[in-house]
Amino acid sequence: MSTQQSVSAEVVRARTFRYTWWLAALAVIVVISTVRLYTGTDRITAPGTLRAAIIGACPILLAGLGGLWAERAGIVNIGLEGQMLLGTWGAAFFAYHYGPLAGVLGAALMGLIGGLLHAIATVSFGVDHIISGVAINIVGLGAVGFLAKTTFDDLDGGGPRNLSGYSTPPEFTVPLIADGARSLADKHWFVISDVAGAVAGVTTRLSVLTVLAFVLVAVTAWVLWRTSFGLRLRSCGENPQAAETLGINVYRYKYVAVLISGAFAGLGGAYLAMVASSSFTVGQTGGRGYIGLATMIFGNWRPSGVLTGALMFGYTDGVSLLSNSGAIVHALLLLVAILLAVFAVLKVRGGERVTGFVIAGISVGAFVWYFLSETVDASFTGMTPYVVTLFVLAVFSQRLRMPAADGKPYRRGGAG
Amino acid sequence: MKGLTPRRVLDTVVGSLLPPLVAVVAAMVATSVLIAAFGGSPGSFLEVIFSVPNDRVLLSIINQSAMLSISGIAAAIGFRMGLFNIGVEGQYIVGSCAGAFFAGSGLVPGPLNILATLVVAAAAGAAYASIAGLLRVFRGVSEVISAIMLNYIALTMAGYLVTKYGQASGYTFTTERLPLDAQPLGFKIFPDAPGDVWALSSLAIILGIGYWFLISRTRFGFELRVTGESETAARASGVNTKKMTLLVMALSGAVAGLVWMPAYFGSVHTFGTPENFQAGLGFIGLAVALLGRNRTLGIFFAAALFAFLSGQSNNLQSAGIAKDVIDITQGITVLAVVVAYEVVGRRRAKTEAERVARQLDAEREGAAA
Repeated sequence: MSTQQSVSAEVVRARTFRYTWWLAALAVIVVISTVRLYTGTDRITAPGTLRAAIIGACPILLAGLGGLWAERAGIVNIGLEGQMLLGTWGAAFFAYHYGPLAGVLGAALMGLIGGLLHAIATVSFGVDHIISGVAINIVGLGAVGFLAKTTFDDLDGGGPRNLSGYSTPPEFTVPLIADGARSLADKHWFVISDVAGAVAGVTTRLSVLTVLAFVLVAVTAWVLWRTSFGLRLRSCGENPQAAETLGINVYRYKYVAVLISGAFAGLGGAYLAMVASSSFTVGQTGGRGYIGLATMIFGNWRPSGVLTGALMFGYTDGVSLLSNSGAIVHALLLLVAILLAVFAVLKVRGGERVTGFVIAGISVGAFVWYFLSETVDASFTGMTPYVVTLFVLAVFSQRLRMPAADGKPYRRGGAG
Repeated sequence: MKGLTPRRVLDTVVGSLLPPLVAVVAAMVATSVLIAAFGGSPGSFLEVIFSVPNDRVLLSIINQSAMLSISGIAAAIGFRMGLFNIGVEGQYIVGSCAGAFFAGSGLVPGPLNILATLVVAAAAGAAYASIAGLLRVFRGVSEVISAIMLNYIALTMAGYLVTKYGQASGYTFTTERLPLDAQPLGFKIFPDAPGDVWALSSLAIILGIGYWFLISRTRFGFELRVTGESETAARASGVNTKKMTLLVMALSGAVAGLVWMPAYFGSVHTFGTPENFQAGLGFIGLAVALLGRNRTLGIFFAAALFAFLSGQSNNLQSAGIAKDVIDITQGITVLAVVVAYEVVGRRRAKTEAERVARQLDAEREGAAA
């Protein structure tokens, strides 16, 4: 009887929770739209901006998902950056010689090799995960520099540190919807045009690789949370000793997870070298592996959270590459100030007065900054993901829940 | 307990000297294999690396190993307490930027400027590291994650500040040049090399001795090591681990703030990313500390080794091999050395357990007889 009651209470809570989220999302869109109309910066939700945002989001998303796979099995993968770098070279090399599909697969393979290195060190030898990750990033950067010089220097369109002239995965525009949404977006109506801008941004010149990235979010969520394989993999990240006593080969699951993690990061590298740009340069990732890691933490080790974080960070990344982005960033500053103010009120009402007041202080600071300046330097956009992650960590650290045995050493037979 | 039996000496040698040696050899082999796999000549790679360094390379080895040592010490301070200060990279950017702005402004006249700048750089590094320390102590945020974020923020902020408040020179922006009277004279040790051994490279030795003294000869150092071994034990014996975390993070950051100062005062005299700055010393510093097992002498050796590899790699270009290949060697060295220490540690634990078991058996038999 009591179990039944608590179950139904759970269901109600889950429903209210979902309902609240939709409401919150709608509220955010309304605020964005208001800010757009108030500041007159229509570009913040223009199709072009949002397309740039999607392109900015995908590499981060893939890296974040890669991080998620590894950490769900209890292995911290700081080496994402290095594995992504290996991916950029793999994409360029294989695409140049064997076509775009080989490029994508080659990138995944290169990332996977980076993952294998990490798995051997951390799983088989029990090396500290951070140390191994740092080493892999050093190796990754060196390897890409070496490989580029060795394999691209003599090619047509190549140089010691770059390569262009290889074919990239096809792009397509969804007929009717793209044009319709675009004309709606151009009307600059309240809310409707903002949503239309997003639709047009997604449906115009959509790369196959973009679709793949979003499909992989769903695949990750399904495999990790809806299959017994995923349950076992996650059990290795929560309590490997218990998993071992249930007959699970923990090493094997950890290996698989880290290999997949590396392959995902490699795909992120492929996206950078094939979609975000059509050429390869050494060091193309520019810290996006670390942003992926930040995204995963921001997303509380969940695929939906990783997606949200990647879209948000991708937006700032995409915007910073647009011309004249100062005005957009300036408008975003107002948006941040408003959202922080709302958040501060919620915190104070929720009883966390100190946190609330601190956030309110930051909000006031943002308002002052907005009203005292005309534009914001583009370098601040590049900083956004890191600042936001620090903020989230500082405010929500008690509510974030990482896998219980994440980053802890595990040795076979430890369960006794 | 026991004296220096030959067995124990052997154990120490095998336990602490063999792993780095094996790691370097393994890294060399792995790099050679990679070069061979892509049609290069591993022979010429090894030939260049193991050739007798000329004066120019020797000079760069000394100066670079000084900076790497400082960076390694910064990392080691954290490591000894079980804190992973991956933020050395960001902290030395902040320290360098603040130091260069301060020194260039010429607020303090003459040679005193040098001393004042070192204080400013260390303070800036300490303050920046304290963000991660405070977040860890009061909000339970992993110092690794926050420091990674702070590294990127530091790089962007430094770039922004120099563009905004620095001066343009060509297409790049830099801080104001260091006044001539605050430029220390270097040591002209290598007559054939352009430039001197930087005066402030001696900072590495001072900090190295200071680090050794602090860790092994003071109460603070003892508490630091105890906390590193077991936080619960430390707390039980009255160590305020929260305060320790904050202090150690700040101290590590203060040392990190000084990393680039030898180069600044010795030859660059201005700061601006990326042309007038050497990035990446922080990450390599972590590797140096790991390779040197957080001991002063070990750190010096590891720094010298890494500086040697980097210095020699400049001649690889003429052998038709990208000098980036040395990053692979360095990365694999780190990976191999931690693996080797792990393997040695496991073996030692096993033999130790076996010996205890054997002794117990013998005693039991003796009691039964």
